[in-house]
Amino acid sequence: MSRRRHSDESDAGSQPHKRRRTSEPIEIEDRLESLICRVGEKSTSSLESNLEGLAGVLEADLPNYKNKILRILCAVARLLPEKLPVYTTLVGLLNARNYNFGGEFVEAMIRQLKETLKSNLYSEAVYLVRFLSDLVNCHVIAAPSMVAMFENFVSVTQEEDIPQVRSDWYVYAVLSSLPWVGKELYEKKDVEMDRLLNQIEGYLKRRQKTHVPMLQVWTAEKPHPQEEYLDCLWAQVQKLKKDRWQERHILRPYIAFDSVLCEALQHNLPPFTPPAHSDDAVYPMPHVVFRMFDYTDAPEGPVMPGSHSVERFVIEENLHCIIKSHWRERKTCAAQLLSYPGKNKIPLNYHIVEVIFGELFQLPGPPHIDVMYTALLIELCKLQPGSLPQVLAQATEMMYMRLDTMNTTCVDRLINWFSHHLSNFQFRWSWDDWADCLTQDIEKPKPKFVKEVLEKCMRLSYHQRIVDIVPPSFSALIPANPVCSYKYGEEADSSLPGFAMTTIVGNAIKNRASNEEILIVLKDVPNPNQDDDDDEGDGFNPLKIEVFLQTLLHLAAKSSSHSFSALAKFHEVLKTLTDSDEGKLHILRVLYDFWRNHPQMISVLVDKLIRTQIVDCAAVANWIFSPEMAHDFTRFYVWEILHSTIRKMNKHVQKIQKELDEAKVKLEKQQNKKQPDSGDEEDMEKNSEDEEGQLEEQIERLQEKVESAQSEQKNLFLVIFQRFIMLLTEHLVRCETSGVDINTTWYKNCIERLQQIFLMHHVIIQQYMGTLENLLFTAELDHHILTVYQQFCALQL
Amino acid sequence: MSIKLNALFSDSYVDISQYRDQHFKGNRYEQEKLLKQSCTLYVGNLSFYTTEEQVHELFSKSGDVKRIIIGLDKVKKTACGFCFVEYYTRADAENAMRFINGTRLDDRIIRTDWDAGFKEGRQFGRGKSGGQVRDEYRQDYDPARGGYGKLVQKS
Repeated sequence: MSRRRHSDESDAGSQPHKRRRTSEPIEIEDRLESLICRVGEKSTSSLESNLEGLAGVLEADLPNYKNKILRILCAVARLLPEKLPVYTTLVGLLNARNYNFGGEFVEAMIRQLKETLKSNLYSEAVYLVRFLSDLVNCHVIAAPSMVAMFENFVSVTQEEDIPQVRSDWYVYAVLSSLPWVGKELYEKKDVEMDRLLNQIEGYLKRRQKTHVPMLQVWTAEKPHPQEEYLDCLWAQVQKLKKDRWQERHILRPYIAFDSVLCEALQHNLPPFTPPAHSDDAVYPMPHVVFRMFDYTDAPEGPVMPGSHSVERFVIEENLHCIIKSHWRERKTCAAQLLSYPGKNKIPLNYHIVEVIFGELFQLPGPPHIDVMYTALLIELCKLQPGSLPQVLAQATEMMYMRLDTMNTTCVDRLINWFSHHLSNFQFRWSWDDWADCLTQDIEKPKPKFVKEVLEKCMRLSYHQRIVDIVPPSFSALIPANPVCSYKYGEEADSSLPGFAMTTIVGNAIKNRASNEEILIVLKDVPNPNQDDDDDEGDGFNPLKIEVFLQTLLHLAAKSSSHSFSALAKFHEVLKTLTDSDEGKLHILRVLYDFWRNHPQMISVLVDKLIRTQIVDCAAVANWIFSPEMAHDFTRFYVWEILHSTIRKMNKHVQKIQKELDEAKVKLEKQQNKKQPDSGDEEDMEKNSEDEEGQLEEQIERLQEKVESAQSEQKNLFLVIFQRFIMLLTEHLVRCETSGVDINTTWYKNCIERLQQIFLMHHVIIQQYMGTLENLLFTAELDHHILTVYQQFCALQL
Repeated sequence: MSIKLNALFSDSYVDISQYRDQHFKGNRYEQEKLLKQSCTLYVGNLSFYTTEEQVHELFSKSGDVKRIIIGLDKVKKTACGFCFVEYYTRADAENAMRFINGTRLDDRIIRTDWDAGFKEGRQFGRGKSGGQVRDEYRQDYDPARGGYGKLVQKS
C-alpha cells in the first residue's frame, strides 16, 4: 500500500477504519472496495477533497491492483446509479492521471454493457449507458463517439419484426441519458443530435399505446394524467432542450475539477452494435408514470418541480435507485432516502412518498414485495416524526378522495397497506373526516374501501377493537363478529334433515372413531338426491357432507390449528365424500356456510383443502363463480382466495418441472461417467446401466406428471376466463336490452378483476395465449371484454 | 461481472443472532447450519391474548405460512407470549425477518429470530413457573403478559 495511508484515512474515508497490522492482498482489496463504495457519503471533508484523495490512492495502487480496481469501478457503475456523478468524476480524475487506465475502463464498461444486455438486465444496462454518457462530461469519452453510439441505438427503431418493447428500450436508454449529457452533446454535435431527436419523435408518434389503460392507476385524467413513461420523458427532454439544456439539479462534482479534466485526453467509444433480437430476450415492460403531487400540495418550503421538468425525472430516478439498492435493509434505505443530496431545494418528503406509492401501485406488480413498502414508510415516519406522518396522512386522504377512479388492483394494495400501517399506530385515524362515505351505497368505492380496511384491521386485532376505534356512525361498515354458524346447534330446528345424525357423528368423533367407523356411521344418512338405495350410497350425497363437515368444523372451531388437525385426521372420510366434482363444490359450500362471518377462516381452510388434495383448484374457481357466491363476489377476500389458488397451481407445476430438470441433469451426469471400455468392470457397468434405466423411467414418469400438471393449470385458467366471459356478457346483454348504462359499480369491479387475473399471472398466461385466443377471446366476443385481452397482448408487443 | 460489493449490500436483518437453544440436540456447528437453512421463525414478545389467526394474518404478508405453533405455559397450557412460524420457503421467512421483525402485532413490537426447527416439546415455556424465562424475573408490569414477573408476584 502507498505510504500515504494515514492521510488517506481522513481524506477518503468517513468511518474510521480499523488499522490493519498486516497488509495481506485480500485485505487490501477489501479496503479498496470499501474506500470506493463509501466515497461520497457523509464526511468531515468535502466531496472534492475526498475524490482527490481517493484518486491519488487508486493511482498509486494501479500497478498492483489494476484489475481489481477496474472491476470495482465497473460494479459501482452498474449497482450504485444514485451516485453516478461521484464515480464518473473519479474515473475522470484517474483518466487524467493515467490515460491507459481510462481506456481500459471504457473497454471494460463496453464488455459489461454487452453482458448485461445478453442477460436481460435492462435496468442495469441503462445505468451503464448513463454512466458512459456522463464520462463525456468528465472528458473521458469523446462526444462524437457517444453520439455515434446513440445513433446506433436509435437505428433499432428501423428494425423490422421486433417487439415494440425492444426499440422502446433503446430509445429510453438515449433519452434518459440526456439530462446528464444533453448540453455537452449539443454543443459538439447539434446537427446530429437534432436528427437523432427527430427520429425519436417520429418513432414515438407511430408506436402503439394500446397497453396504457391497463397500466394506469387512475382512469381519470385529473388532477394528474397518468402518462406513458416514454411520452413523459420525451416531454421532459423537449422542455430541457427549450431551456437550452440548462439543468441545475444533478450533482456535478467534475465541474470543480474542470481545469484538471480538460487537460485529459479523451477516448473514443468503439462502434457499438446493439445485439440482435433473440427469442430469449425479455425486455422491460412499459410502465406509466405515477404522479399524485404537484407544486400546490407542498404548502410551505421548496417548490415541487413540474411534471415535465427534467429535475422531476432525475429526482424520481435517483429515489428509485436508492430503493433498489437498499430495499433489504429498511433503516438504511430510509436514511439514504432522507439524506438525498440537494434535499433542501425540493420538498423531499413529498417526492419520497410519491415514489414509494408509485412502486407499490405499479402494474402489473411492484418491483419489490408489498410489505417492504409498509416497513419502509414506518421507518421513515420514525426518522422524521415531525413531518413525514403528515405527508403520509395527506397522501392517504388524497387517495381516498380519488377511489372512484382507482384501479381495483391498486385499491387492494392500498387496503393492505393502510390497514397494516394503522395496526402499527394504534389504529389512530380521523375516521370522521370520511363520514361522507356513510351516505353512499355500501358497494360504492369509498364505503367499500373503509369496510375492507376495517375487516383487515380486525384480522390484525379483534372485533371489539374495531368497534372501539370507529365512531358509532360507522357501525354499518364494521365487519361481522367472526364467529361460526353451526347449522345444527342448540337453537337449530330439530326437524332439519340430518339433525339427529349430527349428534351421533359428533359423539363418534369425540370417542376417537376411525375413518372407517365414521364412514359406516354416515351410511345411515339419507341421500336427498336419490329416490332409492341403488348402490352402497357411495355417490355424491350432499347431506352426508353437510352433516359430517358441519359437525367436524364445529368441534374444531376453537382455532385454525384445531381445524387443520381435524381435516388431517379425517382426510380419508373427506376424500371419499368428495370424490366427484359435485362433492368438491359442495364441501366448499358447506365450509362457506359454516364460516361465512369469518372470511379468514374460509381462506385458510380452502388453502388446506387444496394442499391435502380434497378439492382441486378448478373446484375453487367454480365455487367462487357460482351463483351462491354472487353476493360476496366483490369482496376482497374472495379474490385473495382465487389468486392464492392460482399461485398454488403455478408453484405445483414449477415444483414438478424442477424435479424433472434435476432428474435430467442427474441422467446426463450418469451418462458422462460411463467409461468407453473397461472390460473387467462388468458389474459396475451393469449397475450404472440399471441406474440409468431407473433414471430414464423416473424422467418419463415426471414428464407425464409435468404434462398433467400443465394441463390442469391451463384448464384452471380456461375455467376462470370462461366464467368471467359468461358473467360479463350476461351483464352487457341485460344492460343493452333494458337500455341501462353498462358502467355500474359491479361492472367496473368485475372487468378490473378480469384485468387483474391477466396482470397478476402474466408470465404463466403467456404460455397459453394461443389456446385462449382460439377458444375464448375470439372476434365474436363483446368488444368491452375483448379490449381487456387486447390490452394485455399489447404489453408484450 | 460477478463482483458483489460486500462492503455495501449487506442483508443484516437476515443474519442469525447470538441466541443458541441450550436444549438443542447437537453441537453449535450443527445448530448454526440448521439456522442458516431454516424456514422456521421464533416470534417473541407476543401478548398472551394474541391469537394464531392474528399471527397468520401478519406473517402471511411475507409469503404462504405452512404452520403456526403457539407457545404454551407448561403448567396451564395457555398461551404464554411466543410462537413459531414455519414457511414453505426460506425466501419467505427471510422477508419476514426483513419486514415484520421489529414491527407491531397487537400493539406490541414483536421480535423474530431464526429457529432450528420445531420439535415436540419446544412449544412449552422453560421458566420455572411454566411460562417463559423472561417472565420469571422481570420487574415491570405488563398487563398483556400476566402483569408482574413471577418473582415479583411471589414476593
